[in-house]
Amino acid sequence: MPRAISSAIREIPFFGAVAFFVILSAFPFYWMLITSFKTNSDLYSVTHVPFWFSDTPTLEHFRYLFEQTLFARWLLNSFIIGLCVVAITLVTALPAGYSLARMTGGKGEALGIGIFLTYLVPPTLLFLPLSRVVAELGLQNSMWSLVLVYPTFTIPFCTWLSMGFFKALPPEIEEAAIVDGCSLFGAFIKMAIPLSLPGILTVVIFTFTLTLQEFVYALTFVSTSSEKPITLGVATDLIRGDIFYWGEIMAGALLASIPVAIAYNLFLDRFISGITGGAVK
Amino acid sequence: MVSIAEPIAKPATPLRFILDRREVLGSLFVAPAILYVLLLAGVPFLLALYYSVSAYTIYDPSWRFVGLENFADILENPVFLQTLGNTFLFTFGSQIIGLILGKFGALLLLRPFRGRRIVRALVILPWAVPIALATVAWEWMFDSLYSVINWTLIALGIVTRSEAPNWLGTPHLAMLSVIVVNAWRFFPFAIVIFLAGITAIPQDVLDAATVDGAGFWRRNYQIIVPMILPIVAVGLIFGTVFTFTDLSIVFLLTMGGPVGATSVLGFEGFQVGIGSGDVSHGAATSLFMLPVLLVVVVAMLRFIRRREI
Repeated sequence: MPRAISSAIREIPFFGAVAFFVILSAFPFYWMLITSFKTNSDLYSVTHVPFWFSDTPTLEHFRYLFEQTLFARWLLNSFIIGLCVVAITLVTALPAGYSLARMTGGKGEALGIGIFLTYLVPPTLLFLPLSRVVAELGLQNSMWSLVLVYPTFTIPFCTWLSMGFFKALPPEIEEAAIVDGCSLFGAFIKMAIPLSLPGILTVVIFTFTLTLQEFVYALTFVSTSSEKPITLGVATDLIRGDIFYWGEIMAGALLASIPVAIAYNLFLDRFISGITGGAVK
Repeated sequence: MVSIAEPIAKPATPLRFILDRREVLGSLFVAPAILYVLLLAGVPFLLALYYSVSAYTIYDPSWRFVGLENFADILENPVFLQTLGNTFLFTFGSQIIGLILGKFGALLLLRPFRGRRIVRALVILPWAVPIALATVAWEWMFDSLYSVINWTLIALGIVTRSEAPNWLGTPHLAMLSVIVVNAWRFFPFAIVIFLAGITAIPQDVLDAATVDGAGFWRRNYQIIVPMILPIVAVGLIFGTVFTFTDLSIVFLLTMGGPVGATSVLGFEGFQVGIGSGDVSHGAATSLFMLPVLLVVVVAMLRFIRRREI
């Protein structure tokens, strides 16, 4: 028994450190959660203990968000933008990743690195000329401008990711299919794609979350409220004049965060092997 | 003769024949991706280069060539020099804090304990959730009147209400705040990178070192750190590029204020190019990121090449 106690005492620093990290990373989200359910009189008080409810919790902010703001519209916009960008990315990045993994030999590697490097070209370098391109195409202030521009970073990223997945596939399977009379294209569609479905799912999830996380292009191209994606809408549109409606803002941020957080946690391991060089070896 | 030759020629139509050649289909497969990126990132990049040496504004959209005049204007502006300094401080400050937190976090998560999965899920949140949304939460936590941080400091008796800090309204504190928020957003990524590196080390290497008498610190600094360095380098490259060119945290938290104290390159380029419509100066401002990006890219290429050997 004393041994159990002394080992428990020895564990205190360890779990204290773990608690520190959990509080550090999760507190802002706890703060979103608690703020979005508090009444205004509870929120804007300097004497109430802020960490818990002093009044009864309320759904007022959520009701306001859906009834009085364009929140539902922003959700829909983000969903449409995400779906379209996923479609464009799959159609271009999967064949490219496959080609770089299987068909272009040594120079495919170099080409793959070249494509990946464009992922590092930052939006803050391109937003000025791209806003001109968007204007020329008549897409300014429209969410379709984002559908057009987002693939510039999702394609490089997903080409790299899918190249890694295709390389991990044993080539004998496609070779056998070709020997059995399948064309090269057929081997890609009927063999490589079905066999790397988990990888493709990862590509879909991360393309979607990348579109949700993007802020700079959305801020630059879209200023009409009804065309905004969710992230931009919540961050910039719920502030009227100089007044911050913190309850509504936090409720909106919370609702928009949850799906991304879940998706990330489910697919994190594949994502990591993708970017830390799963494609190199 | 003819009747024998025909059936061979017919099913193998030229198109199918060409598509079954590995190089041809390979090029066709990779072409759409390359075209898309060239058209919507390559061409705009060249356009950005031209903007920076032109007199283009949204009020006077002329393509008049002015040489390096814009760059000279910018360098003479004391606000710009402050912006440049801020950008470096913002980048390196948050990367260092992020890396230190990342290394310690990874050491903790390496050990199996009950609830580790939940802890990992919670710790990953700052990196997963869209930064614009998380930044808004921080803005509320830094609120000048209802700041939960200040409430805690007052409740603990560290400061009184009258001397409670105005986080986003005082130059140095505002800079500290944007650095902290960015380090907070980056450190889970660092944890994940460190974990990926450490778990990739073969256990027998560590066992061999232990048998040979290497203690915890020695294993840590003479085996683990050198072996994970390549992976950490990749993580650091990502972190540096995305921080150096970021504008969302500064845009949402401080708007570059108070009086330019937290203005960074990406934000300044946005303010000048989009906010004031002075596209040429905005483009020139943004292009000051390029030297740093090039250094990082060269480092990355060298690193990848070394790995392949």
